[in-house]
Amino acid sequence: MSVQTERTDTGTAAAPGVRKTDVTPPGDTGSARRRGGASAPYLLLLPALLATVILLGWPLVKNGVLSFQNLNPRQLILHLTEWRGFDNYTDVLGGSDFWKVVQRTVVFTTVNVVLIMLLGTLVGLLLARLGKRMRLLLMLGLVLAWAMPVIAATTVYQWLFAQRFGVVNWLLAKAGWSSMADYNWFGTQISTFSVITLLIVWQSIPFVAINLYAATTTIPKELYEAASIDGAGTWKSFTSVTFPFMRPFLWATTFLEVIWVFKAFPQIFAMNRGGPDRLTETLPIYAFVEGPGNQHYGMGAAISFLTILILLGLTAYYLRTVLKQEEDEL
Amino acid sequence: MKRSLMARLWPNATALVLFVVFAFPVYWMFATSLKPAGDIIADDPVFLPTDITFDHFQKALDADHFWTLVGNSLTVTVLAVVFSLVVALLASFALARMRFKGRRGFILTFMIAQMAPWEVMVIAIYIIVRDADLLNSLVPLTVFYMIMVLPFTVLTLRGYVAAVPKELEESAMVDGCTRRQAFVKVIFPLLAPGLMATSLFGFITAWNEFPLVLILNKDAEKQTLPLWLSSFQTTFGDDWGATMAAASLFAVPILVLFVFLQRKAVSGLTSGAVKG
Repeated sequence: MSVQTERTDTGTAAAPGVRKTDVTPPGDTGSARRRGGASAPYLLLLPALLATVILLGWPLVKNGVLSFQNLNPRQLILHLTEWRGFDNYTDVLGGSDFWKVVQRTVVFTTVNVVLIMLLGTLVGLLLARLGKRMRLLLMLGLVLAWAMPVIAATTVYQWLFAQRFGVVNWLLAKAGWSSMADYNWFGTQISTFSVITLLIVWQSIPFVAINLYAATTTIPKELYEAASIDGAGTWKSFTSVTFPFMRPFLWATTFLEVIWVFKAFPQIFAMNRGGPDRLTETLPIYAFVEGPGNQHYGMGAAISFLTILILLGLTAYYLRTVLKQEEDEL
Repeated sequence: MKRSLMARLWPNATALVLFVVFAFPVYWMFATSLKPAGDIIADDPVFLPTDITFDHFQKALDADHFWTLVGNSLTVTVLAVVFSLVVALLASFALARMRFKGRRGFILTFMIAQMAPWEVMVIAIYIIVRDADLLNSLVPLTVFYMIMVLPFTVLTLRGYVAAVPKELEESAMVDGCTRRQAFVKVIFPLLAPGLMATSLFGFITAWNEFPLVLILNKDAEKQTLPLWLSSFQTTFGDDWGATMAAASLFAVPILVLFVFLQRKAVSGLTSGAVKG
């Protein structure tokens, strides 16, 4: 009988969490174990949850509150609280600037994520095909790009694309495109975005490629054998074995990249401060320039809040899928 | 498994080209930082510097407050990572090994927290920190860097904890270990690669963080290295040698740590603690 209880408890895995010793008198074991077992996970989670709720929740609520305030240098210095109702939002949503920035951010994110996922997957599959030595070499290159601190990478790209003595302009001129010899990459919207996109894609591919490669090594060889017995060629075994196996990973990574690119800040800001003419401001930069930059903190908070809402909307669907997966898994 | 020459050649050729593409910017940073000024502003770039000079590094090291900022960056980053590891380890253990009501809700909370767009929350944080009179202090930076890396740390560690076979723990307990001993003696050593990999990414996040310190700490003595680096070019104009030297100084610790730990973490994961 007592052995039976022991078994079920270990099976549910919650009870042993606080069991200090296995030799407690049989009398209290049951109730004490159950009581302790029930609260143990919550106690373990408490510090992390408290930190999250306070340090994340507080700024979020504050952000919401600020977005209804008139908070310019005067109010800021004198610690005045002036309410503006929904005026910040009507100003932001009524103006054409905000919608332009939204559109720009969506296009920017889409281009980046598509490039990252496509090229990252290809590089990852290439890693799986390579011999040991070449794989190590390519890995080294990828890891260098991956590890490069963002601000350092941004600085290096500014130098690579510098108007004078930049190696990219030299290369383009040498390749026969002589008008590029003194090209100012940071003079137009498209060219600035191109440099930023190149930087982000360069830094993001390694994450996708290396993880994808790591995931392919977990695919059981038997599946490929079975596929080849069934007469599947390279392409067929990719679509029927590799891809289905990779799909959850690819989906999760795409989602992560969308989030990361959407809120990319240092690359864009440090590259050209959102310039030229504020034409490369994506939503996070726009909020920053309007808020702390132009000292309209209320407006900046309203833009931030809308940005957060957009991000939540973008990922709500994904979260549902993840939750479903979790359910299947456990 | 015989393949034609072409079939063997093209992946290797592509890999070589890709290696150059990915490594070149990093190489160019180091190369520029070591070249004499004359080679940097040459009409045809000098791809293999033969004359090596450390003048640019000297210039970067002599820049105002450099060592203070190194100290600031290290303090803030290490503290944030250590705090978040401790807190996350507890939480991840609960999430990976126990069943309880609301478990999914907690995981979802951390997933949402992981997406938190800190870059757009800096305005609110600025007002909060200012009202607390803590502008130009390292304390808010440490605290917020900790929470920035915490959700990721929890979720990643959860995976690592779950990957340690339950049987190991159970057999340790059969052999007379208590649950805590089993954790300390069996699970924890197996988690070491996971802890390293996770802390590595936390370290990088905190070391690189830019928007928050940009708005919070205007005092030149209280800033961190990313800010110093991004303002470096403005201060030194088009002195690309010194700028690249500064970038190298900032990047080297991360590059070394990354290459070293990445291999360790991966080999630790793949070597496999148990068979069968």
